[in-house]
Amino acid sequence: MPTINSLEDLKRVREEALRKRDMMSASGQKRIIVGMGTCGIAAGARETMKAILEKIEREGLSGISVTQTGCIGLCEMEPIVQVQIGDSEKVTYGKVNSEIASQIVEKHVLGGNVFKEYVINL
Amino acid sequence: MVTIAVLEDIANDRMRICVSDNGRGIAPEMIARVLDPFTTSRTTRKVGLGIPLLKAAAEMCDGFLSLDSEPGKGTSLTVEFKHNHIDRMPMGDLTGTILQLVISYPEINWVFIYSVNENEFIFDDQLLKKELDGISLTEPVVLSFIRQEIESGYLEIQPAVEF
Repeated sequence: MPTINSLEDLKRVREEALRKRDMMSASGQKRIIVGMGTCGIAAGARETMKAILEKIEREGLSGISVTQTGCIGLCEMEPIVQVQIGDSEKVTYGKVNSEIASQIVEKHVLGGNVFKEYVINL
Repeated sequence: MVTIAVLEDIANDRMRICVSDNGRGIAPEMIARVLDPFTTSRTTRKVGLGIPLLKAAAEMCDGFLSLDSEPGKGTSLTVEFKHNHIDRMPMGDLTGTILQLVISYPEINWVFIYSVNENEFIFDDQLLKKELDGISLTEPVVLSFIRQEIESGYLEIQPAVEF
């Protein structure tokens, strides 16, 4: 069974992604980090991560990188999501379910406003 | 490079999961200790339950866990279950998990193998990454492509669910 549907498909995807990237404003790199330690996963971090990826895909949100991290020692606050815009300081959110994750992307990552209600003060 | 193989051999009623890498490997003295829940390589705390729990789950289902490693070459973990054992935990969201791994650790070359009896699906992100040439995997079109690629390959050979 072939691994990739077709190389042509992939080339098309690449060109589209390149075009989108060129269109991106110079607002700096947007990073979303999801805590995926055992504690995070037990608290539902997979669903949180899934919600973020689905939102990016559904709404065509370009220029956002999504990565994982392990347990940061705040297991009781999991699922934890951190957002970093450009060189600014990381903002850490706690008890982030799918719905809140979606709102964090909306308000903070896209809108630039910290979603205060769910911020953990480290 | 990390390879995750999920092999469902329904004809022989076995399910095997193999995770292997070409990393730095584990020293023999450590290998003997990783099945102990009070052994871990991390520094944040003194317990590590992943492997002991997986071993217990397998042994509960007429299966086993084995771990082989060669320092400098890599490590491979194999876990096997009796496929239809009543205590075998359900697979869960396999495609979603693979997608999250591929996206979250772009610096690793991921290979996902899924087979049911003689049918096999292989997802290898190496070709994909070469073609993308540095474009982020979280670009929406790329994300969409990878998700569909994994899901369609998986669904095509997934066995019918019987209740």
